[in-house]
Amino acid sequence: MAGHQTLKGKDIMDTLKFQSQVVAKPYFIFALVLFVGQILFGLVMGLQYVMGDFLGGVLPFNVARMVHTNLLIVWLLFGFMGAAYFLVPEEAETELYSPKLAILLFWVFAAAGTLTILGYLLVPYSTLAQITGNEYFPTMGREFLEQPTITKIGIVIVCLGFLFNIGMTILRGRKTVINMVLITGLIGLAVFFLFSFYNPANIALDKLFWWFVVHLWVEGVWELIMGAILAFILIKITGVDREIIEKWLYVIIAMALISGLLGTGHHFFWLATPGYWQWIGSVFSALEPLPFFAMVLYAFNMVNNRRRDHPNKAATLWALGTAVMAFLGAGVWGFLHTLAPVNFYTHGTQITAAHGHMAFYGAYVMIVLTIISYAMPKLRGIGEASSKKAQVVEMWGFWLMTVAMVFITLFLTGAGILQVWLQRIPESGEALSFMETQDKLAIFYWARELAGVIFMIGLITYLANFLVDKKETVKS
Amino acid sequence: MSETFTKSMARNIYYGGSMFFLLLFLALTLHTTKEMPKSDHRENLTEAVERGKGIWEVNNCIGCHTLVGEGAYFAPELGNVFYRRGAGDLDTFKGFMNGWMSVQPLGIPGRRQMPQFNLTEQQVNDLAEFLKFTAEMDVNGWPPNIEG
Repeated sequence: MAGHQTLKGKDIMDTLKFQSQVVAKPYFIFALVLFVGQILFGLVMGLQYVMGDFLGGVLPFNVARMVHTNLLIVWLLFGFMGAAYFLVPEEAETELYSPKLAILLFWVFAAAGTLTILGYLLVPYSTLAQITGNEYFPTMGREFLEQPTITKIGIVIVCLGFLFNIGMTILRGRKTVINMVLITGLIGLAVFFLFSFYNPANIALDKLFWWFVVHLWVEGVWELIMGAILAFILIKITGVDREIIEKWLYVIIAMALISGLLGTGHHFFWLATPGYWQWIGSVFSALEPLPFFAMVLYAFNMVNNRRRDHPNKAATLWALGTAVMAFLGAGVWGFLHTLAPVNFYTHGTQITAAHGHMAFYGAYVMIVLTIISYAMPKLRGIGEASSKKAQVVEMWGFWLMTVAMVFITLFLTGAGILQVWLQRIPESGEALSFMETQDKLAIFYWARELAGVIFMIGLITYLANFLVDKKETVKS
Repeated sequence: MSETFTKSMARNIYYGGSMFFLLLFLALTLHTTKEMPKSDHRENLTEAVERGKGIWEVNNCIGCHTLVGEGAYFAPELGNVFYRRGAGDLDTFKGFMNGWMSVQPLGIPGRRQMPQFNLTEQQVNDLAEFLKFTAEMDVNGWPPNIEG
């Protein structure tokens, strides 16, 4: 497209198929800002594992952890929303229903998220509970669902507005498999979040339904979102026929839900629940690696059979990387401790932490970075891809972060195995106490912290790639 | 994938399979909630236990500790602390809890620090009742030993 064009006084970006896709940009930028915050707090916690009194009075571990995990969840949600705003119009072949609503919801979500994090940091948690009226509708103080009730209501409102916007866009446009799978996943995300409002006085029931949010998100509907984003990217960067990619997508998400729904049972082993969950949970969660393995085969197959050479090599690397790392983190590391007789000893040890880190990074961090890698050059008006130089920097970021995460996982796994050996396997009376065991694990925790620092360097390197190409909009 | 396996077959497996397993999962969950009164001993759920759960929540205890294996992995498991520190006796346990909570933070250099939560004796006692309730649930024999 030649020349500087305007539409209603605004610059037209000829790198975008639909101008309304541009609303994805603030979502992606804010996601990356929160990502930096998440890693900073992770480094503080990593240090507190070995220097227990580090920042003790200022930033207790429980606050740092809440910020670390909540920032992760919120930035992934920003990433998913940005991904949807970018790819749904392109798939539906129509402009977004309401770009204004998308921008309004961005500010609502960003303000609510920021205020909540500030609340965690500036006042004691019990004070935050008091200020926000938790006593009238108690939902706080449960792992990952620490947000004040009012924030939870805000999240629901933002999700509803978002789903309305995306849903209306799909309704008036082309209904591709990718769009249908994506919106199914997003609706599932909103529906299962409603269980966060159910907080019975009976801790056993509380825990049972808590998993309806946590497990059915990350081992259920989020896999639909991941599958849809990956399919979109593979179509774009490989030029492989949509029919083939969509067939694979169906197979993968079918396997994900068939294994993952009853796979929830692996959380019901030790929970005042009937013993049959130990069989059901073991068998079905042993199948959970399959969809991730299929994803690896599919990503590499599609890239090897590509019909075009897309100039965005970095996005291709992220797409292959997310498939491999999700398989390792969610698939292999999940399987390591998912059989009930094994889980009896490993439940709630550093093995769980190892799995959590690599699974979240591989499946969800990397899929969001994949779509950001693909979309950002277009959203910034640079072109189909960033310059070669920027891509090299981005790929350095990829390798530093990914290798660092592999080592974080290995060190935590080492810590976990030793913890099981010292604290879990011996009989009462001979087993070391929790705190004595932790002292023995210090070398692993130091190594993990070092790998965490490398991860941070990788993240900074990754972010530096955005500074290489300064050109903001196409002007000629 | 071979030509004989078509996209519509894949789609049918997805819709059929996930609906079937969703319904099966919901049915099993319903059955589980009907069976749970036998193992969670909800007959022990007093008002003190309920208040104790509130204290547990608004002080974000799960941000450091695990409870029946779930939570953070930074501080000891508390699902069975009633047996570990209270020897299964409520008065002993309340005594321990009031003493322990009041001396935090221990301030031992380099040791992980538990914050001072400034709870009243009543609140600590409620918390102890909640932890007793949790310890008395039948969770299929977990944890493997008293150390949690």
